[in-house]
Amino acid sequence: MDTVAGSTLDRPRHRLLRSYVLEAKYEFLRLLRTPMFSLPTLLFPAMFYLLFGVLLNRGNPAAATYLFATYGVFGVMGAALFGFGVTVAMDREQGFLMLKRALPMPPGSYVAAKMAMAVMFGVFVALLLALLGAWAGGVSLRSPQWALLLLVHVAGALPFSAIGLYLGTLASGSAAPAVVNLVYLPLSLLSGLWLPLEMLPGVFGTLAPLWPPYHAGQLALKVVGMDAGQPVWLHVGMLALVTAGFFLLARTRLAR
Amino acid sequence: MHAVQPIPLAQLRGVVKRFGAVTALERVDLELHAGQVLALLGANGAGKSTAISLLLGLLEPDEGEALLLGSPPRTLAARQQAGVMLQSGAIADTLRVGELLDLTRSYYPNPRSMEECTAIAGLEGLLGRRYGRLSGGQQRRAQLALAICGRPRVLFLDEPTTGLDIEVRQSLWRGVRELAAGGTSILLTTHYLEEAEVLADRVVVLAHGRVVADGSLEEVRARVSQRRIRCASALDPAEVARWPGVRSATRQDGRLEVVTDDAEDVARRLLARDPGLTGLDVSRAGLAEAFLEITREQPSQEAA
Repeated sequence: MDTVAGSTLDRPRHRLLRSYVLEAKYEFLRLLRTPMFSLPTLLFPAMFYLLFGVLLNRGNPAAATYLFATYGVFGVMGAALFGFGVTVAMDREQGFLMLKRALPMPPGSYVAAKMAMAVMFGVFVALLLALLGAWAGGVSLRSPQWALLLLVHVAGALPFSAIGLYLGTLASGSAAPAVVNLVYLPLSLLSGLWLPLEMLPGVFGTLAPLWPPYHAGQLALKVVGMDAGQPVWLHVGMLALVTAGFFLLARTRLAR
Repeated sequence: MHAVQPIPLAQLRGVVKRFGAVTALERVDLELHAGQVLALLGANGAGKSTAISLLLGLLEPDEGEALLLGSPPRTLAARQQAGVMLQSGAIADTLRVGELLDLTRSYYPNPRSMEECTAIAGLEGLLGRRYGRLSGGQQRRAQLALAICGRPRVLFLDEPTTGLDIEVRQSLWRGVRELAAGGTSILLTTHYLEEAEVLADRVVVLAHGRVVADGSLEEVRARVSQRRIRCASALDPAEVARWPGVRSATRQDGRLEVVTDDAEDVARRLLARDPGLTGLDVSRAGLAEAFLEITREQPSQEAA
C-alpha cells in the first residue's frame, strides 16, 4: 500500500543517497559554469601565490613554504565564502530557494550540496597551489606533511562555509559579492594569510587570534613547523565554535 | 450528507495571515478535492500567492491551519505527492533542462520518465539547453515539467501563464488539461479570467483577503444577473443607455451591444422600437463581468 504515511519509510536508502549526490553534482556544475565565480576562485589564489610566494621572494624556499601554507587557507576560504555567500543570497532573492523548499528535497540536502561543492573547489585550489609550490617555489615537504597540509586546507572549508552561509542569509543577491569581499580580503590580511604577521605592525599580531582565518592559517603553518606555537586544540576549538555558531545563526535566519 | 468525506487534497481552515499591519488572509476556508481543477481568482494583492504559500508550507498561518493531504504541508510524505510551479520561479540559469529534471525527479518516489515529462510540458528538443537560454515561454514549460515530474496527486500552479503570449498559453493549457484528465487535482491562481474559464471546474474568488465567491463556474457566473444583448440595429446607443435596466449600450463593429440586468424586457423594447432589427443574440455575462461585479461589491477594508 502506498499510503501517505508509508512513503517516507518505503523510500529506499540508495535513492535518498542519489538525491544528495545529484544535488551536490549539479551545485558544482552550476558554479563551474559561472565563470564569474569559478575563474577567480580557482585562479586568484594561484596567481597571488605565484606573484608573492614565488616571483617576488626570489627563490627563498622557507618563504615559499610559509606562503604555500597560508595561501592554501586563503584560497579555500574564498571558495567557501563566495560559494555559500553569493549563491545563497541569489537563491533567496530570485525565489529558487523558495521553490527548493516547496519541493520534497531531502532534509539538509541544500546545505550539504553547497558544502560538498566548497570542499571540491577547495581540493582544486589546494592541489593547484601544491603543484606551484613544489615546481616553482621549491617547497619540499615529506609525503605525510603534504597529505596533512592538504587535509588542513580542505577542512578549512567548514568554518568559512558557515560564515558564508550566514552572510548569504543577510545580504541581497547584488550586494553579496561586495559584502563577502569586505569580510574576505581584510580578514585575510589581518590573519596573516598574505604576509607573515611579523612583517606587519605589532597590533596586528595581538588582535589576530580574534579572526577565524588566523586559526586555520596557524594549523596549516603548524604542519610545516612555522606556526606561532599556540596549541592545536585552541585553533581547532575556535574553528569548531565558529562553524557551529554561524550554522546556527544561519539556520534561524533561513527558518523564517 | 455523505457518511464518509474523503480528506481534501489541500485545505485551508479558518486561516488568518498577517504581514505586519496588513491582513493578507482573513478567515479563509478553501478545499481542493480529488479530480478538481480549482481556480483561485483575485486582483493583485488579493491574497492568492499567500494562500498557495501556506498550502506549500512556505508560510505558517497566524490562526487556523493549512493541510496538504491531511498533513502539515512541511511533511516530506505530503510534499512527495505535490508538484509546484511558483510565480517567482527563478531557477539556476546555468543548468540544462535535462539536469534540472534529473535532480527534481530524484526527490520523488515514483517519478515520471523523462520522455513523459517532456511530452506533457512540450519540451521536445530542449533538454540539452541551459535554463537561462530558454525563452520566457520555454522557461514556463520547463517549470511545468519540474512541477509534474514527480507524478503528483495535487499540482499547484501560481499564475502559470502570466506574461506569456496566447499561443504559449494555449499550449500550456493543453498540458494542464491533459493532467487533469489523467486525474491530477490542480489548484491554480490566475488573474486571467479566460484561463479560469478554460481550465477550471470550480472557482474561488478572493478580494482583500476574504473569500467572496466559491462555487462552480456556472454558480459564480449566476451570481450576477447581467446579460449581454447584441444585435444589428439602427437605434442610437446613447438613447438605449437611458432605458431602465440598461447598464451600458455601445456600438461595436457596427453592432449594438447592450449590458442589462433585465434582458427580456430590454429585448422586447428593442424589437418594438426597431422593426428592422436582425441578428439578436442574448448571452449570460462571462466570468469577467461576474468577477468585476463580485469584487466591486466588496468594500475595501485596507483603503485606509
